[in-house]
Amino acid sequence: MSEDIKHLSAELARDPQSLVFLRLGELLRQKRQFEAAARVAVHGLERHEHLADAHDLYARILADRHDYERAFDEWDMTLRIAPHHTGALKGLAFLYFKVGDLAQAEAHLQAAHKIAPDDPSIGQAFAVIRGEAPAPGGEPLPLPVAEHVAPLPDTRVFAGLEGAQEGLLLLDAAGLVLGGALKTQEGADVTEAVAAYLAGVSHEAMRTAKLLGLGGWRGLSAEGQSGHVHLGQPTADSLLLVMRDHAVPLGRLALLAQRAAQAARRWLERQQ
Amino acid sequence: MSARLVRALDLITRVRGVRGAMVVARADGLVVAEQLMEGIRGNTVAALTASLAGRLHRAMVAAGLGPSQFWHLQCEQGAVLAVPAGAALLIVAVAEPEVNVGLVRLELLRAAEAAV
Repeated sequence: MSEDIKHLSAELARDPQSLVFLRLGELLRQKRQFEAAARVAVHGLERHEHLADAHDLYARILADRHDYERAFDEWDMTLRIAPHHTGALKGLAFLYFKVGDLAQAEAHLQAAHKIAPDDPSIGQAFAVIRGEAPAPGGEPLPLPVAEHVAPLPDTRVFAGLEGAQEGLLLLDAAGLVLGGALKTQEGADVTEAVAAYLAGVSHEAMRTAKLLGLGGWRGLSAEGQSGHVHLGQPTADSLLLVMRDHAVPLGRLALLAQRAAQAARRWLERQQ
Repeated sequence: MSARLVRALDLITRVRGVRGAMVVARADGLVVAEQLMEGIRGNTVAALTASLAGRLHRAMVAAGLGPSQFWHLQCEQGAVLAVPAGAALLIVAVAEPEVNVGLVRLELLRAAEAAV
């Protein structure tokens, strides 16, 4: 772990805009180096103030330092940016349980369970709340651990499709990477950076369609200065982003997105 | 509002299937100008499109694509299309699902030129 911290610290020093601060902050937190973890999180928030995972990281560090009021504010902010962020929902459940508001704690865990039904930590937390299991490690509920320390995602979802390693990305409802990767034209890997923002984009697209009485949203296409993107939902619980340079017109991009969505659906079915 | 911009909004709404067009302040999501069919809530459209544009902008910049120059939200019963007009405004159209997207895009870009 110390080697990882050294490596990530060096990477962050080299590129202060990098999102490696998320992994570095979480590793420092897990080593209980809360001062250093907080500095890393604040540094990240200064550069990525709309990044839900950055607020979530800082909230976990604050909760570890028993600064529950500010931790509440940070998790609340996380949910404003990404309403399906399970880490924030579990974190708020933890805080509500701490103050004895079991109904709110359970409601937040239920919301997290709907988004991530296979997350075992939610089941454990339910058991603690309902008095069916002892509290682990003296804490009333296990504090959520960041998902971005998890192993790198499976990139075989789009095997055989054009751009599988640099222009296709599949996410779950909480914005976590399931497969694929995104690279800029210069070759920089921007998978995590883009993934962090997409849950917010899809939530806003859904809200816009719903409140304008346009039914469900089917896709969002956008032209940028250096390329195009198409965002869609292969299934109700996943998001697919297709990114190409200007040479691929938006209409063709939508066709590529349909093909990639079929591949994603097949892959998701196989995972069940 | 300038006569050019009024004319530009008028041209957008003349495209078959377009139910309304408006100019929106990006920073606060308020309506600057609008030409909407009855039943479309201008304030709601303005607030939601400005918010969506802001989130999309951040994602596209993170992807190295630069700021969004045109976007199209496709829904079951309609569509929302938008282009930025300078740093402060958005030109937005609300349309039927089968609208000619290319034509609306063209008129939106013309309106954006008229707005800045």
